[in-house]
Amino acid sequence: MDEITKELLAQTSNLHEIPQGAYNIRKNGQLLARNTTAAIQIVSKTDQDGIDIIIAPNTQNQSVHIPVVITKGGLNDLVYNNFYIGENCDVLIVAGCGIHNDSDQSSTHNGIHTFHIGKNAKVKYVEKHLGLGNNAGAKNLNPTTQIFMEENSSFTMETIQLGGVNYADRKTNATLKAHATLIINEKILTTDQQKALTNFTVELVGDDSKVEVTSRSVAKNQSFQAFNSNIIGKAQCFGHVECDGIISDQAVINSTPQISAQDVNAMLVHEAAIGKISADQMIKLMTLGLTQEQAEAHIISGFLS
Amino acid sequence: MLELQNISYSVRENGVEKNILKNISLIINDHQNVVITGQNGSGKSTLAKIIMGIIQPTSGKIIFNGEDITHLSVTERARKGIAFGFQQPVTFKGLKVRDLLEIILPQNTNCHECCTYLAKVGLCAKDYLERPLDNKLSGGELKRIEIATVLARQAKLNIFDEPEAGIDLWSFDNLVDIFQQQQATNIIISHQHKIIAIADTVVLLNSAKIDKVGTPDEVIKFINTTKQCAKLGGTH
Ligand SMILES: Nc1ncnc2c1ncn2[C@@H]1O[C@H](COP(=O)(O)OP(=O)(O)O)[C@@H](O)[C@H]1O
Ligand SMILES: [Mg+2]
Repeated sequence: MDEITKELLAQTSNLHEIPQGAYNIRKNGQLLARNTTAAIQIVSKTDQDGIDIIIAPNTQNQSVHIPVVITKGGLNDLVYNNFYIGENCDVLIVAGCGIHNDSDQSSTHNGIHTFHIGKNAKVKYVEKHLGLGNNAGAKNLNPTTQIFMEENSSFTMETIQLGGVNYADRKTNATLKAHATLIINEKILTTDQQKALTNFTVELVGDDSKVEVTSRSVAKNQSFQAFNSNIIGKAQCFGHVECDGIISDQAVINSTPQISAQDVNAMLVHEAAIGKISADQMIKLMTLGLTQEQAEAHIISGFLS
Repeated sequence: MLELQNISYSVRENGVEKNILKNISLIINDHQNVVITGQNGSGKSTLAKIIMGIIQPTSGKIIFNGEDITHLSVTERARKGIAFGFQQPVTFKGLKVRDLLEIILPQNTNCHECCTYLAKVGLCAKDYLERPLDNKLSGGELKRIEIATVLARQAKLNIFDEPEAGIDLWSFDNLVDIFQQQQATNIIISHQHKIIAIADTVVLLNSAKIDKVGTPDEVIKFINTTKQCAKLGGTH
């Protein structure tokens, strides 16, 4: 494995060696390495590019890594990954995606992920995106995530985009049955002319289903971010969306949280706040001896941590 | 030694000049506990912020250990050994109590030392180090953490703006002990008799000016007489 691939795997998937458990590493649109276990099957699709990941019921404390790396320009990668997570599972799924593009041509990865989460199953899903490379070639990442949650299942999704991605169009749709819990934590940093779009649509169809969306955005220079969320409550349910943004320079963040209560027992809340770094926070850290730049860096890294 | 020379601060409000501080001159010697007291709105917090560099005075000079610091930034003053505890502690999204202490304490400081400063203000480090510094903490908890961050800096000059606010009685007595034990110079803004009582010098501010400087007894006596005068229709 070359150094660039190693670095991308380390930074996006925290992989410093070949991981324990099941994995499927995709490089420049091709399979690089795969491992399956007794409980976790990974099967290439025959009708389209992508894989089916089948996790047997009752699988506990196991992980699946499905990193994607792109190390060249001019690639438009489209992949469909379907996860079937059996009842009573408790698993970690890590899907980092890194593009190192030193060319003048853009490279794009479109990952379409579908999760079918069985009854009582518990899934933590981490999706970290990174772009590297200094030339004009853009690094674009467009993830689409569809989540179907059976009764009493739980899904925690961490989405992290900490720089270098020129364009991202992130779409997440979820349907929750009774007692299902969905937690989404999104962190996005954009700089220069970068653009990041986020769309969440969550339908709460079962009683006592619950969703918590927390989005933290930092937009610097001339970058642009748009956050759209739509939470639809069709049962006795709870939904909470919190979107916080820090902007500087000429950056723009648009936030449109929408909630739709279609059941008298639906309880939906949204909060959104966007602004520059608080002067009080800056001054407090400067009274501790930090310079203005250091204070700013601390506040932003804490905010995105 | 801290020397304030003719400090004035005014703002324009609706086209009218408003004096918030007028000709404040004061010398504070090392290792002294100086309490600044006075009614709400008399200018105490403004004076504290001017010493820290958070507000620039309209005129006047600040000399700290022989150096004119009037035009130094907050950061530079902090690095010269001035620490500041806010009247209203600042909250953060994403920073924990531990993060603030790690900014203050040297890189290789162990957890034990963080614990010392939290323990001083009556907080159990185990319960607080990983707590986010946000509004889920009560006003009293935030205030104690604020004081711990000042103590942790081990500065030459500490400024505390109403440190007792929101602190229960038991911890309040500990707070008084802390001020008495400090090797540093302390400027404490307070209305509390117990804090005034431990001062070497008390400064009474009244409507932007210093009304009286003296020992606790002298200043309390002065306050009582002027109250008396006011009742009798005096001009104070
Ligand atoms: N930037 C400002 N603009 C207008 N008025 C101010 C400003 N800063 C402080 N003040 C006023 O100055 C007075 C003194 O404020 P402050 O120093 O906070 O008083 P204290 O701490 O003694 O209660 C108050 O009346 C306050 O409203
Ligand atoms: Mg005040």
